[in-house]
Amino acid sequence: MAVLARADAAAIATRLEHAPPLPPATRLRGPEIGLVMARGRQGGDGAPFNLGEVTVTRCSVSLPDGRIGHAYVAGRDLRQAELAAVLDAALQDPAARPALLEAVIEPLAAAQAAEAAAVAARAAATRVQFFTMQTMR
Amino acid sequence: MAYVAVKGGERAIDAAHAWLAETRRGDAAVPELSLAQIEQQMGLAVDRVMAEGACYDRGLAALAIKQARGDLIEAAFLLRAYRTTLPRFGASLPIDSGAMRIRRRISATYKDLPGGQVLGPTFDYTHRLLDFALAGDRPVSQEPGRESPRPASLAGSQPAPAPAGIAAGLPRVTGILAQEGLMAPEAPGEAEPPDLTREPLAFPAGRPLRLQALARGDEGFLLAMGYSTQRGYGNAHPFVGEIRMGEVAVEILPPELGFAVEIGEITVTECQMVNQFAGSKTEPPQFTRGYGLVFGHGERKAMAMSLVDRALRADELGEEATAPAQCQEFVLYHCDNVEATGFVEHLKLPHYVDFQSELEKVREMRATVLREAAE
Repeated sequence: MAVLARADAAAIATRLEHAPPLPPATRLRGPEIGLVMARGRQGGDGAPFNLGEVTVTRCSVSLPDGRIGHAYVAGRDLRQAELAAVLDAALQDPAARPALLEAVIEPLAAAQAAEAAAVAARAAATRVQFFTMQTMR
Repeated sequence: MAYVAVKGGERAIDAAHAWLAETRRGDAAVPELSLAQIEQQMGLAVDRVMAEGACYDRGLAALAIKQARGDLIEAAFLLRAYRTTLPRFGASLPIDSGAMRIRRRISATYKDLPGGQVLGPTFDYTHRLLDFALAGDRPVSQEPGRESPRPASLAGSQPAPAPAGIAAGLPRVTGILAQEGLMAPEAPGEAEPPDLTREPLAFPAGRPLRLQALARGDEGFLLAMGYSTQRGYGNAHPFVGEIRMGEVAVEILPPELGFAVEIGEITVTECQMVNQFAGSKTEPPQFTRGYGLVFGHGERKAMAMSLVDRALRADELGEEATAPAQCQEFVLYHCDNVEATGFVEHLKLPHYVDFQSELEKVREMRATVLREAAE
C-alpha cells in the first residue's frame, strides 16, 4: 500500500501493462477526495497535536470473487486511488499475488528506493566535516 | 440607503473582476505561468501557503498562488476556503520526525552530532548578491556545489569525501541531552488533541492546541514575536538544538482495515529550540524545549514557532509572564493571518450607516464645546 500511495497513476498504469490483466472491479465507494488531519508530536516525541490537513483520495472496490480492496492515497489523483484499490483486492488472491508483486509492486518499490537513495546521496554531498573536530580528537 | 448602493455596484463589481482577471494574466505576449512551474520554481511560496492554509496539497497551493496573483495570504485564504468543501476522512497517526528522510539537518549546539551536519538546499552561506545568470535562460547546472565559492564561515571545513547517502532516522539532538537527564522530557500521552478547525479557540489553551495554532499561524507575526523574545521581551536563552527538513511518512488507521496504512509522504521542517531553565520548586535545573513543526520547507517559520512555543510555556514552567510573546491570548488570537486579514480588511466595506451616526455625534459634541467656549 505504501508503494502504491507514493506512485502516481501513470506509473502504476505503466507497470500494469506488463502484468496479467486485473479482474473487473465494481466501485463500492469513491474514488473520492477528502482530508486527513496530519498529526505531529509536541517536542517530536510527546503528546500528539494537530499539524494540518492533507488531501487524500480513497476508493473501495469489490472483485467478482467477492474480495474487497481499499485504498487511501495522499493527493487528489482519483485514478491512482482506484488502481490501488483494485490492486489491493487482487493482491489478496494467492494465485494472482506473485505475478502482480513481481510486475507492479516490486518495480515501483525499486524505482522509489532508487529515487530516495539519490536524494540521500545528494544530501550526503552537503554534509560538513569540521577540521577542528578532527584535530580536537 | 445601503441597499441602493449595493444594487448600483453590480456592474462596477463585474467590471472590476474582469479587470482583475486581465491584470492577473498580465501582458498576453508573456507566456502564462503553469501550475507545475509555480509548484516547482516557487516551491517555498507553495510551502508557505500550505502551512498557513493548513492544508498540504502542492497543486492546490500553486493554483491558489496563481489565482491570488502571488498574494500569499490571499492564497492561504483560498486554500482554507476550499478545504471546507472536503469531507474529513479521519486523523493520521502522529508522524515520526525521528524517522525522517533527511534533506537538511543542522545543529547549532553540537558540531559533531551523530549523522553530521547536512546543509541541504539552503540559502545560508549564499552571498545575497543578485545572480543575473538567473535573469537569462541559461540552464541551471545540476552539479552540487556549483553555485557559490567556499563560504567564509565554513572555510575550516570540507565536504564529506565519499557521500554514502544520509540514512533515514538520524537521532535527535534532544535525545542526546535527554540521555544525560539534562533535557526536560515531553509529557507523554495519547490523548485526542483538540482541533481548531472543529472547535473555536478557548483559554487557557493547552500546548497541543497552541502548537496547532502556531503551525498555521502567520510567519511574519511569529517571526516578530520570536524576535521580541530574543530582544528581551521574555526570558529566552535559545539555542538551535536541531533543525531538520525532509520527508516523513503519513499513516492512517482506517476502521475498515483495522491496521495502519501509509498514505504517502509529506515534507516538513522541524525545529527543536533548546532553552536553559533554572529550575523550579519541583524541577531541577535543566534544558527545556521550544518546538516548531511546519508543512514544507519553512525554516524561518519553524524557528519562530519554536521560540514562541517556548515563550508560551511560561505558565507551565512557573516563569513570570511579562512579555507579549508569553501571553497566549495575545499570541493565539492574533497569529492567524486569515482571521486577521478578515477583520482588518472588513474596514473597507461599506460602513455608511455606522459612520453617519458617528458624524452626527461628533458634530453635536463639537457644537456643544464651541457653544460653551463662546459663553
